[in-house]
Amino acid sequence: MNMLQVSVWRGGADGEYRNYEVPRQESQSVLDVVTYIQRSIDPTLSYRFACRVGMCGACAMTVNGVARWTCRTHVAKVVKGNAIQIAPLANLPVVKDLVTDMREFFDKWARARGQFAPQATRKDAFARVASDSPGRVAANAGIECIGCGVCYASCDVVSWNPDYLGPAALNRAWTLVNDVRDGARRERLAAVAGDAGCHACHTHLSCSERCPKNIAPTASIAGLKRAVALAAWKGEL
Amino acid sequence: MTMRNDYRSRNHPAWWAFLVHRLSGLALSLFLPFHFWALGQALQGEARLDTLLKWTELPLLKFTETMLVLLLAAHLTGGLRLLALEFLPWRGWQKSLLAWAAGAALAAGLAFALAL
Repeated sequence: MNMLQVSVWRGGADGEYRNYEVPRQESQSVLDVVTYIQRSIDPTLSYRFACRVGMCGACAMTVNGVARWTCRTHVAKVVKGNAIQIAPLANLPVVKDLVTDMREFFDKWARARGQFAPQATRKDAFARVASDSPGRVAANAGIECIGCGVCYASCDVVSWNPDYLGPAALNRAWTLVNDVRDGARRERLAAVAGDAGCHACHTHLSCSERCPKNIAPTASIAGLKRAVALAAWKGEL
Repeated sequence: MTMRNDYRSRNHPAWWAFLVHRLSGLALSLFLPFHFWALGQALQGEARLDTLLKWTELPLLKFTETMLVLLLAAHLTGGLRLLALEFLPWRGWQKSLLAWAAGAALAAGLAFALAL
């Protein structure tokens, strides 16, 4: 039987790679490989997954050096010879094996004022937002993010400046800046305008390159830069 | 403690474009003092500047000059690309933009080299 040589990160951040042999199957995903190791070779292997179909974003890991959803990555697409290397996502504290602590990632969404701030009450009528209005189109481009952390793990600026809010949080802020129903535009722009905000982006485009949803957080960050600059010029910040 | 990315996560065209832009900028900034010094020779009289200009006719210097033009063109087109990314509405065509920047830089370098 054709066997895959799989090298998997074990332990915390000071752990090491351990090698496993996994039978090669047709249409095998990287998540299938990790699951096989845990269920048939070493039950102590920790990893995270839920939906297995690219909806939840829980199974993101570093596969052969690149952050990916393991459930939507076919082995055939990434295998080098017969070998695959699987590690936890970069830029996030490693809890154990392939599991990272995502608290900081989501805390940054809150720090970027990623919460919708409604202005209307339940007594008001529904807001009418034309689907072809510029704000709606801009928000649409970024709104499908499911918070998997692939962009955050791929971002060099996050590695260089751990306070940097990161592509996902800034993308979320940009969708809300374009939401005409939202009432916290100024506070949000102030939240993303600091040293750790949108202006820290170096336009490497790694986030846009790696996003499994084909979102371009770089475009959102560029939008925030323009919005912040305009607001500062008008004296709103 | 977190894991760090290595070259594999950076191996995509836009990251290479960033590296070319950054390195060409650094190289140009290192050259700039020499450039001003060379121009400053004119203050010492025509003969002094002519001596320097004759020195730059050496083949090795000509080659270096072509490299400088290439660096300048790469930095300029890379900068224009960044401005377009930052200020124009864009979706998905950034890679073509990158190819245009690389092509224009190369064309400028070649034009200079062939016009010698």
